[in-house]
Amino acid sequence: MSSNRHVVIIGNGIAGITCARQLRKLDESLRITVISGESKYFFSRTALMYVFMGHMKFEHTQPYENWFWEKNRIELKEAWVKSIDFTAKTLLFKSGENLSYDELVIATGSKPNKFGWPGEDLQGVQGLYSKQDLELMEKNTQSGVERAVIVGGGLIGIEMAEMLAYKKIPVTFLVREAGFWNNILPKEESELVSRHMREHHIDLRLKEELDEIISDPNARVKAIRTKSGEEIQCQFVGLTAGVTPNIDFLRNTELEVNRGVKVDFGFQTNIPNVYSIGDCAEFHEAPAADRKQVEQVWYTGRMHGETLGYILAGKEVTYQPGIWFNSAKFLDIEYQTYGTVPAQWDSENVKSFYWEHAGGKVAFRMLMDKQNKIIGVNNFGFRLRHEFFDQAIKEKWDGAKVISQLDKANFDPEFFAPYYIEIQKAFKDQFGGNVKVSKKSFIQKLFGASV
Amino acid sequence: MKMIQIVGIGLFLIGLAVFTVMPFLGDYTLTEEQVLANTKDIHQEKMAEILTPMYGDTYSSNFSFLSAYNENFNEYNEALKAESKWDEVIWDDYSFPLAQSSLSSSVRDNPWLFFGLSIGLAVLGGLMYNLPKYQDEPAGVKNNGIFHSSMKNRGWMGMITGAYLILFYIILYWFPAYIVNQVWMVTPLSMILSGNPASQWFLYGTIYTLAIIVMGVRMFRKYRGNKYQQLRTASVMFFQTAFAFLIPEILVLLNQPYFDFKNIWPLDYDFFYDYQIDTFLSSGGVGLFMLIWGILLIVIGVPTFTYFFGKRWYCSWVCGCGGLAETLGDPYRQLSDKSLKAWKYERVIIHSVLVLAVLMTALTIANYFSGFALLGNVTNQLHSFYGFAIGSVFAGVVGTGFYPFMGNRVWCRFGCPLAAYLGLVQRFKSRFRITTNGGQCISCGNCSTHCEMGIDVRWYAQRGQEIVRSSCVGCGVCSSVCPRGVLKLENGSTENRINEMPIIIGNDSIKINA
Repeated sequence: MSSNRHVVIIGNGIAGITCARQLRKLDESLRITVISGESKYFFSRTALMYVFMGHMKFEHTQPYENWFWEKNRIELKEAWVKSIDFTAKTLLFKSGENLSYDELVIATGSKPNKFGWPGEDLQGVQGLYSKQDLELMEKNTQSGVERAVIVGGGLIGIEMAEMLAYKKIPVTFLVREAGFWNNILPKEESELVSRHMREHHIDLRLKEELDEIISDPNARVKAIRTKSGEEIQCQFVGLTAGVTPNIDFLRNTELEVNRGVKVDFGFQTNIPNVYSIGDCAEFHEAPAADRKQVEQVWYTGRMHGETLGYILAGKEVTYQPGIWFNSAKFLDIEYQTYGTVPAQWDSENVKSFYWEHAGGKVAFRMLMDKQNKIIGVNNFGFRLRHEFFDQAIKEKWDGAKVISQLDKANFDPEFFAPYYIEIQKAFKDQFGGNVKVSKKSFIQKLFGASV
Repeated sequence: MKMIQIVGIGLFLIGLAVFTVMPFLGDYTLTEEQVLANTKDIHQEKMAEILTPMYGDTYSSNFSFLSAYNENFNEYNEALKAESKWDEVIWDDYSFPLAQSSLSSSVRDNPWLFFGLSIGLAVLGGLMYNLPKYQDEPAGVKNNGIFHSSMKNRGWMGMITGAYLILFYIILYWFPAYIVNQVWMVTPLSMILSGNPASQWFLYGTIYTLAIIVMGVRMFRKYRGNKYQQLRTASVMFFQTAFAFLIPEILVLLNQPYFDFKNIWPLDYDFFYDYQIDTFLSSGGVGLFMLIWGILLIVIGVPTFTYFFGKRWYCSWVCGCGGLAETLGDPYRQLSDKSLKAWKYERVIIHSVLVLAVLMTALTIANYFSGFALLGNVTNQLHSFYGFAIGSVFAGVVGTGFYPFMGNRVWCRFGCPLAAYLGLVQRFKSRFRITTNGGQCISCGNCSTHCEMGIDVRWYAQRGQEIVRSSCVGCGVCSSVCPRGVLKLENGSTENRINEMPIIIGNDSIKINA
């Protein structure tokens, strides 16, 4: 490939930036431009909540210092793209400027879902995804908010609830399903999170849907009405019912789109030299049985960017994600998952082992197939080692072997309670088999470690 | 905030106010007997003569007393200096003992009362404020509002706190004659512990220890549910109280040399000074034990413990400077500079201090064993330069006074020669590292933001790399604040501990990545 081509990346989120960085590592000479209207410098979207709560300043969310981009000759263009002329290979910006490219990467991420609720565009009603959303939320909650309502039970919703709690704003949380995040979490885990939310004084309403957002005379939200007819006075409404690819400016062009920009496993769209990665890309088919066509997770964005960087540098690779993993934090409770643990499974073919600590904040689940081979784990309130489970799941370890080595999988800080011992005992009780229960170490005995 | 906490702040501020006005209390009347009792034999006659104009006069403040003292004293000295009669010049500073002995004040008459009203109220208030913290909340990360706080984000409260601390250190190191009231206040306590009257250093040690205890209690509240933080905090509280404060005083009570068994050269920079060596050698078995113990810590203790546990065994579990930084300084940890530039400065400065300390000590020892034939008094000049520039200005004024401006580990990061030594072992020959949990990092930046040593932890974590840095004191806060369980302080195999080409797990498309 010619080495003075111009690669233009629209979007400076984790996908676009990872792609730019990888490409620069592999190719010294080509020209790279990253475009973003949201912010000049890459920042970690996942950290916006911490800026709101005063844990960090916005600049702390930027993983690279400002000189990094110039040093690595990654040009940053702060602008919004209005349209793309795919034939002339030119971008048209809202400002009226143009930029031509040889290869184009569309990594424009997501935007919050809105389902056409009456009043969804009122003042004081918003989602939370971008830096601008954060600034808007700071403005919207500055004063006069006596109660907030959050609609939609996912990760952004619970983050928003935590943010509002920092401002001491009481929150009513409407969740359409019978359990919090129960399209992802099994029943017990979902209940564990729900309990913890209530411990934080969040008014969690399950099986409750938004019907209408009611305006005051100044086009500001003053209340909402639920489908069950209840009216809740509130001055802020958070819409957090998931996100959708941010590609409106690409609809009705020659680019093939559906929910997202349609791509193959080389991130190639239907137009040559145009690629799409991250939240806004939609694979023709799911990359694996337990994966989705649109992958909207930080880690998948990073992997897309990493892989496309290699592809653009001329390496013969296709997207092959490994063992699934993910993590989140629900208020004070950390959650990790490795492998496949769906919300529901067919108990004929799948065996489930679940352990929960008496305090109700620490839990572990392992799913196994008929032959007792590990399929995946969920862990709450304690930490497990990614490398360990990546290997165990890839190599299809026997469940008893996994549990016997759980002390090695433990990733909690030193001196923490050895939950793995209790888990080993519980597994042995339920499944028998050849399970080795770890002994407490000398240090653990010395400091009276107990679960 | 709860009522009890508001009262606590009130009591703390009253205590602080009483402490602050104390230097302005009482009056000073100097007599010849006091001069004779507080000056060296060779100076007695001269000093008694120089200060004659002051006898019998009552000075209503330390300012007027010390200005009269300086006037008389300097008049004498300047005249000699002008005539270049250097051997007749009196180099000793007698202002502190003379101010102390000539003082008559309510503090001197009622030391325990004032102790209670100042330090006592401040401690009580501090505990009343700290103990109820987070009472009705589940355990978890408690960093809410740090960057919205005037105290913790270089606002006016932080500025005032920093200025107060800097002023306190300047007076303590160079103008102790102004705080003789506070020294009288802690004298009865000193008499109980060591059987000797207090010095300004005893006053400092008392406040220092109490600050670690009160703010250690704050740490227990803040890190509720985090065993590592709790044990580490309990450890620094113990080592400060027992090893740095009580044991040396009790040793003196037992007619043994004053010695802090956990202070290690070159942080303890005067360990090999001639007068120290003389003290060790003239104090029988105990003195000899101290000398050998100190040397063993340097040559065996530091490398061995650091090999197995990293420098944290000292810096965030034992050390007094570390103890203060981790307790009193904890609210300011996020203010450290994380830039690459700061890291470059850090490496140059801290290793320069180490080289300086080693050179100075080597010269001192060589000079000592050559019977001062080698360099004569030159080492003394070197000692006073090091003591002033490094021991006082860097470690004290900047080290602690700058907490609210540059974070709580300025000294430990940029200046401490022992930290540099421990760091070299940690970087090149140790089992310690911070492990990154595969591909779980989301680059949020909590770890870097709250790293007191200014390490950009995220830089490593987001590329799946273990963190091996000479400066890491192993406080474990990066691991505590990580929302995704990515970081763990570990001692493990040295194989592949430093890997410049890490692989982020989870993407099978490519195998090598960095």
